[in-house]
Amino acid sequence: MSIQEFLIPLLAASVIAGTPILYAALGELITERAGIINLGVEGIMLVGAVSGFMMAVTSGNPWYGLLASMLAGGALALIHAFLTITLRANQVVSGLALTIFGTGLSGYLGKEYIGIPVPKPFEVIPLGPLGDIPFIGPILFQHDALVYISYILVVAIWYFMFHTRPGLNLRALGENPAAMDALGLNVFYLRYIYVVVGGALGGIGGAYLSLAYAPSWLENMTAGRGWIAVALVIFALWNPWRALMGAYLFGGIDALGFRLQVLGIQMSPFFLKMLPYLFTVLILVFVVARQKGRLTAPGALGLSYDREER
Amino acid sequence: MNRLTLKLEKRLTPSPVMVFIIPLISVLLALLLGGIFLVLTGEKPLDVYSLMFVDSLGSKYGLTETMVKAIPLMLTSLGVSLAFKMKLWNIGAEGQLYMGAMAASWLPLTIPSLPAYIMLPGMLILGMIAGGLWALLTAIPRAIWKVNEIITTLMLNYVAILWVDYLVYGPWKDPNGSNFPISASFSEAARLPGLGDSRIHAGLFFALVLAVLLAIVFKYSRWGYSINVIGSSERAARYAGMNIKRNILLVMFLSGAISGIAGMAEVSGIIGKLQHGISPGYGYTAIIVAWLSKLNPVAILIVSVLFGALQVGGYAVQVEGIPAAVATMLQGAILFFVLGGEIFTNYRLKLIRQKGEELSK
Repeated sequence: MSIQEFLIPLLAASVIAGTPILYAALGELITERAGIINLGVEGIMLVGAVSGFMMAVTSGNPWYGLLASMLAGGALALIHAFLTITLRANQVVSGLALTIFGTGLSGYLGKEYIGIPVPKPFEVIPLGPLGDIPFIGPILFQHDALVYISYILVVAIWYFMFHTRPGLNLRALGENPAAMDALGLNVFYLRYIYVVVGGALGGIGGAYLSLAYAPSWLENMTAGRGWIAVALVIFALWNPWRALMGAYLFGGIDALGFRLQVLGIQMSPFFLKMLPYLFTVLILVFVVARQKGRLTAPGALGLSYDREER
Repeated sequence: MNRLTLKLEKRLTPSPVMVFIIPLISVLLALLLGGIFLVLTGEKPLDVYSLMFVDSLGSKYGLTETMVKAIPLMLTSLGVSLAFKMKLWNIGAEGQLYMGAMAASWLPLTIPSLPAYIMLPGMLILGMIAGGLWALLTAIPRAIWKVNEIITTLMLNYVAILWVDYLVYGPWKDPNGSNFPISASFSEAARLPGLGDSRIHAGLFFALVLAVLLAIVFKYSRWGYSINVIGSSERAARYAGMNIKRNILLVMFLSGAISGIAGMAEVSGIIGKLQHGISPGYGYTAIIVAWLSKLNPVAILIVSVLFGALQVGGYAVQVEGIPAAVATMLQGAILFFVLGGEIFTNYRLKLIRQKGEELSK
């Protein structure tokens, strides 16, 4: 077997395995840029996966499923927004509550959908001439529509954040909300919007799993991907391009596991399954240690905003 | 023209009445919310709830099972509460429990002939060390570089569970057993004695002793005080000359060690061997129990019993075809309401009548 025969499918699989993490990480990135940590990503992804799946099975249209997953993810994030922005609750604990609630809710809702196939999952659409480019084509341009949308999303979020006025405000919102307030921007309202949009993206991440990656519903099918997405945001230093790279790196670890045996490397399946988690820990320690603990995290991240304490 | 506006005024000290009432109201509201979900999905909420609570609290058998589930909850909750006091978010109690169970199992599986007075203390110590070291793995990068411990402790949960799976599906699988993922059974000397002939075991005693010990440490000791100070203001603690890094390492180790005891007590007191899926998520429920108890060790004992009942009730409704996940959902909802209710503990709501002229200013 040539290197190409091994590498091209591996890299293509990395993109697919990385896409759900990418969506969730982009959602968390926006949320954190606005100054709110949402540790409920895992729960949001699960509820997004189950509601998208249920809608796709009922309607027969995966796009309706996608819409349902966005609404569900946004709705869960709204709870987090209400608790942390309006009621100034502890963001860490509220996010954990969201993950536990989402795990329970998805298990409850999805009980009767286990083992059912999706009538129409998201299917591969090769992008014409782009898909024919040697090497790059099969890796990047022979996927389903959600993968292509994620490319556009990364560019859009990057452009929005660094080249538009509202994007500048978003970054300032997480750095210095008091200054934004003084400038007459509604800190509470804006934070609500970004938290909910972030949740909707997390919902898509879940729906990608249940409607494209492994078209089915299984309890706890995210298997920690929501948490990996949270770690990825730190790895990405809150930058969408680095989030893209990181997501494919994690996707690669995921995809590599299945292919090690092809290379003749014998390893217990339990150790293979450990790899993404161990890798997350190691890379997080590596990235943070290299920054010597002085991360470029948004300055006001995790603090609730109280006008009277300005 | 007068207008009424609602104003939040920060309380200097948390309202003691609210500290007590909010959790109670939260549980009721969560049950109400869960009830709405049940109605929407075509169930009868009153029937489901009565089934849950009759099964878990209405008979001697139910009460025993509730206590059996409450013991690991007490221990893991005490473990995480110690870390939470210092604002160290140890979300890894689940993994620390598994590692404690694993290390404790090693002794009876390797030297089954040891007498109980060596075996049991040996298992306890091994369980504590393993749980503690597993937590320490995340505490070291946290202390040196401030690597986010929430993510690292959580990731290690998955690793610990897979590691135990590897052992019971592989090298530790009972050679004389069928094809199930279980180890060989422990000898009688490796079993924690029960309360009378019930399934309630000496793990309850560990939990009670630890709760009292922690309560005393936090109330009277200098070390307990310094942990509280570091938790509320790291800067103040540094000015006071407290060694923050050393305390991060120490507190995380102890926090993990206590969850390790929970793992040891499960395999020694209940199961009698190591197997796949020894915990249905006690380490995660512990986070809710600890927060609901305001990190108070004695409150943790009581709240653990309530959540033990919820766990047993969750299994009970499964018989009726309702997913046990309904219990997890209720747990999450309870925490939402507790968090939302905290604003009444920390702030005073005030209705202010504003005069027309003031408004126009």
